[in-house]
Amino acid sequence: MSTDLQNARQISSAVRAGERSAVEVLDEHLARIDEREAELHAFNLVTADGARAAAAAIDVAVAAGETLGPLAGVPVAIKDNLCTRGVPTTCSSRILEGWVPPYDATVVTRLAEAGAVMVGKTNMDEFAMGSSTENSAFGPTRNPHDPSRVPGGSSGGSAAAVAAGFAPISLGSDTGGSIRQPAALCGVVGVKPTYGAVSRLGLVAFGSSLDQVGPFAANVADAALVCEVIGGHDGGDSTSIPLPFPSVSEHLDDGVEGMRVGLVTEMMGDGIAPDVAARIHAAAEALAKAGAIVEEVSVPAVTFGLSAYYLVAPAEASSNLSRYDGVRYGLRIDAPTTGEMMELTRTAGFGDEVKRRIMLGTYALSAGYYDAFYGTALKVRTLIREDFDRAYERYDVLLSPTSPTTAFAFGDKTTDPMSMYLNDICTIATNLAGHPAMSVPYGTGEDGLPIGAQILAPTLGEIPMFKVAAALELAAVAAASLA
Amino acid sequence: MTERITTDDVAKVAKLARLRLSDEELTRFTDQLADVLEHAADLQSLDLDGVEPMARPVPLSNVLRPDVPGSSLARDEVLASAPLTEDGMFRVPPVLGGSE
Repeated sequence: MSTDLQNARQISSAVRAGERSAVEVLDEHLARIDEREAELHAFNLVTADGARAAAAAIDVAVAAGETLGPLAGVPVAIKDNLCTRGVPTTCSSRILEGWVPPYDATVVTRLAEAGAVMVGKTNMDEFAMGSSTENSAFGPTRNPHDPSRVPGGSSGGSAAAVAAGFAPISLGSDTGGSIRQPAALCGVVGVKPTYGAVSRLGLVAFGSSLDQVGPFAANVADAALVCEVIGGHDGGDSTSIPLPFPSVSEHLDDGVEGMRVGLVTEMMGDGIAPDVAARIHAAAEALAKAGAIVEEVSVPAVTFGLSAYYLVAPAEASSNLSRYDGVRYGLRIDAPTTGEMMELTRTAGFGDEVKRRIMLGTYALSAGYYDAFYGTALKVRTLIREDFDRAYERYDVLLSPTSPTTAFAFGDKTTDPMSMYLNDICTIATNLAGHPAMSVPYGTGEDGLPIGAQILAPTLGEIPMFKVAAALELAAVAAASLA
Repeated sequence: MTERITTDDVAKVAKLARLRLSDEELTRFTDQLADVLEHAADLQSLDLDGVEPMARPVPLSNVLRPDVPGSSLARDEVLASAPLTEDGMFRVPPVLGGSE
């Protein structure tokens, strides 16, 4: 049987059975990287030597009859805000230039223990602030489906890496949609797990109450497997939920018969492109045909998500990014005093979007404005959570578009930050609530570019979320074969 | 919500955040921040009386681990990435003096 090089489970079983060598699998992916990476710039760093050594070690272990993990020999790309011991981690920022983490993020350790082989660190919007990768200090990533378009962001490099066949799986982080939106724009599966279901130890902090690590994959079952490998309690993260990750893989074939699905009214109207809305209506119909009960549901508070998010996330970022001061790591611009050194370093090291958010957050937290901005936003967060909870009394999962449009052109939204932020209208409320959500490819728009359907679920509702994702994946394949 | 943010406000915030802005940046950032804050004014229409603020999604607080010493990062490895070190410590320019 030939191995699908974008199917992590097939690669792993072939490697474990000794039918394919991990080195050979890796070389095929490195060849694809050689072919298109110069054009796409998915990576900040390709770690070919380290990957070859790791793959060779897997092959030795197989030959020795050792039992290997579920991702044995599977190439994986890692977003460049996840710490990797001995491998530079830049967050696509000048300010971390020269920094080499002395430890691995928990998710990186767990992937390695499962046998995965890291092929590189992927490009992103600086410190994960953006929706297009145009905010990377090292230049943007291009969308593999159309290099004149953005791949989405902030985890654009990780999404493009899977879409281009550079690796069958990758990791990203999602603070306001940074996994789901690029997954949608690049036509791959992307999962933002429940807050606390996957360890944040070793994830460079942006908005600590919003950030969550999750996978990209070419199919739903691979995404489920990666969640199970990286998820579960970690004593090194005090916000980690003390439970194993829900066993999603064993429920993928359950079907959706009798499941209740709510199509979110507020995410289907204003601002959503007609071709995107049409595909999501088609997805809703496909679920109904598969036996689910699909109805429209209003979740009114989500319309305030954008405003609340752009106060909460910058507030947390302004605090988290105060550590970049030229003292302990990364860039330093020398000056006669420490105060001046810090100011020159931060001014030279951060890009415009990061500066905007630091200033916005500092303002929202400053004396006299704290209650009006940050305090108000935290209360709105409660309203959003309560409105979702009311919807989940009646529905197992909710359905919406992931992104209001297909991939847009470079430069379209860079001069007006507010127009860029509006990309997040369907994804942002999930992070404020701490819920899980994922994007599954569901056809293409009028421009032929991928559209993603978003499935939203309550806290630790990953099992119903993945059941619906698997059903949509089947329906999308069936619809494509008819077209 | 409040009055429109001014260039003076942004200059003050930049100073607090240890960022230096050119005149052009000060004007541009002020306009852009004003746009975002103006959008956020929609929150004013909500009745938030009696609503509890939500700072984090998971109701875990004061998570403790057993009081057993674990391993730490190697000092040399941590210092290897610092801009300037001396005798096993981070070295910085004088804290007092200069133009401040």
